[in-house]
Amino acid sequence: MAKTLFDKIWDKHIVFQEIDSPAVLYIDTHLIHEVTSPQAFDGLRKRGIKVRRPDKTVATTDHNVPTVDQHLPIKEILSRKQVQTLVKNCEDFGIELYGLGHPFQGIVHVIGPELGITQPGKTIVCGDSHTSTHGAFGAIAFGIGTSEVEQVLATQSILQQKPKTMRITINGALKKGVSSKDIILYIISKIGTGGGAGYFVEYAGTTIQQLSMEARMTICNMSIEMGARGGLIAPDEITYSYLKDKQFAPKGDEWDLKLAYWKTLFSDDKASFDKEYEFAAADILPMITYGTNPAMGIHISEQIPTEIPVHSSEESYFKSLKYMGFEKGETMLDKPIDYVFIGSCTNARIEDLRLAAQIIKGQQKHSSTEVWVVPGSQQVMKQVKAEGLDKIFEAANIPIRQAGCSACLGMNEDKVPAGKYCISTSNRNFEGRQGPGSRTLLASPLTAAAAAITGKITDPRQFL
Amino acid sequence: MKNKFATVIDTAIPLPVQDIDTDQIIPARFLKAISRDGFGKNLFRDWRYLKDNSLNPDFVLNKPDYKGSILVTGKNFGCGSSREHAAWAIADYGFKVVISSFFADIFKNNALNNGILPIEVSDEILSLLFKKINDDHQLSIKVDLEKQVLSFSDRSVNFTINAYKKMCLQNGYDNIDYLLSKQAHIQKFEKENNQ
Ligand code: SF4
Repeated sequence: MAKTLFDKIWDKHIVFQEIDSPAVLYIDTHLIHEVTSPQAFDGLRKRGIKVRRPDKTVATTDHNVPTVDQHLPIKEILSRKQVQTLVKNCEDFGIELYGLGHPFQGIVHVIGPELGITQPGKTIVCGDSHTSTHGAFGAIAFGIGTSEVEQVLATQSILQQKPKTMRITINGALKKGVSSKDIILYIISKIGTGGGAGYFVEYAGTTIQQLSMEARMTICNMSIEMGARGGLIAPDEITYSYLKDKQFAPKGDEWDLKLAYWKTLFSDDKASFDKEYEFAAADILPMITYGTNPAMGIHISEQIPTEIPVHSSEESYFKSLKYMGFEKGETMLDKPIDYVFIGSCTNARIEDLRLAAQIIKGQQKHSSTEVWVVPGSQQVMKQVKAEGLDKIFEAANIPIRQAGCSACLGMNEDKVPAGKYCISTSNRNFEGRQGPGSRTLLASPLTAAAAAITGKITDPRQFL
Repeated sequence: MKNKFATVIDTAIPLPVQDIDTDQIIPARFLKAISRDGFGKNLFRDWRYLKDNSLNPDFVLNKPDYKGSILVTGKNFGCGSSREHAAWAIADYGFKVVISSFFADIFKNNALNNGILPIEVSDEILSLLFKKINDDHQLSIKVDLEKQVLSFSDRSVNFTINAYKKMCLQNGYDNIDYLLSKQAHIQKFEKENNQ
């Protein structure tokens, strides 16, 4: 019988299934971080049980960490305590921790792929909704809650209702200045924040096939913003060559064996999906959001819609505009910007920083705009230095910060003050996401970099 | 083992806003705790309190004539993060039931894992419910999990819930109890798959 890519991986991981019950699904890799794990470890202690497979569990610290002076103790007491709790839990339960000071430390969804831990055909979970990122390698990867983190720690398995499948096909060549961030913002603006709910999405088509792994990760990362459980892309030569020789990628004969299996991971021609969408790459231009959910996005040169968008309600729409301090029908271009954040698990990989550097090169940061460039991991930082990108940013008066989630969420020291506008390469523009009262505009690294120079919303194509 | 879910008859608190995300339910800066307790005091924090940390009198949770353990909210409730803290905050505040016309996937799971019953009704029933609560703040709502029926005024509507989840709620079972009972299968799977 013809199967989808999702079905092939799912079926191979079913440990047990009773009629009318969710499946017991085996988990190949469990990633953990400081925020969503302490209560799960507590649960294990209360039950007096161990972590079943510490060898399949990897931890890092990312959400709470400062992005300057990481060698000093964390100033904020609660953050420090949460990080220390993870250190202790990893020691007690024998789990590998890439914590502060470790050369592999970084945002959990950046380090998994770059270390070669993320591989095609795997099931990967993490107590974090953007676990969908890892789907870019052709893995079933999804975010879970803390009770589920405890389940996986205890049994290396999880109870899951099988989701429906959706395929989103994008064909054609991308226009100049359009990146994969624009693709996903465009898709979400069409489908809405709830459009993917109940589905696992496979991205396909010639546009996707031509994207680099970094660009694919950006797309899969934001699958959750349309409500989907996760997103995935069939592995191909681009995937294999990205993985080859990575730290934890298979080596030698093991590589050949795995590769042979990976090559079977695609949706069969006759496989059917519960839902299908198709878009043309030619219709996509640089995007920006104007509201307080990721579906409220438009092409950068468009006006804020005068009609209530189909996926919104009148109340949400006006509440959102009021929060942002915008009026319907207004043009987005040239609005002043106070902060620029280039970072997060959506866009803090080496390629994203290369894109930003391409625009920043030879320019100066705008004097009234604060600009934060935050690599996703220590390894990205290393690469940034190796390529001399740090020099380009520094010459523009933009110092590079240290790896972490940073201003993506108002949890660590990097917060956007109330009422200020921030163009951000992250994934959520919710009210208060970057700090109480902060106003977030989601965009690509190119668009963010352009604003860093001009201090206002700017079409990045004028710099290319 | 958690508390067993029994029939709930109570008044409700209406929050007719669509797409309420997990950052509104509990902002990230309150996620630093290492225990599960005490999140209720920061539920809807930035709506509930004004800038000077005084109570916002216009927010429904602060209005004395609205009370109850049933939260009625707009479509797509709980979208955003996978943080279970959102469900903990709702449970800790004292809500047992959340009614909406649509829930985000992970939130629904997290709610069920914490003994909260998420009930999905049609958009039409949801607007009717908001209207009725608006007309009568003391409107009594009955949630019968056993029969899977939600009733208020003269209306009764059925709701669906996965049979396994229902059994868990009613008996206060935990998924971990279930998974631990399947250890032999897990071991066998690991062996057969060279894991
Ligand atoms: S970068 Fe942002 S979205 Fe990604 S894991 Fe960190 S906080 Fe979550």
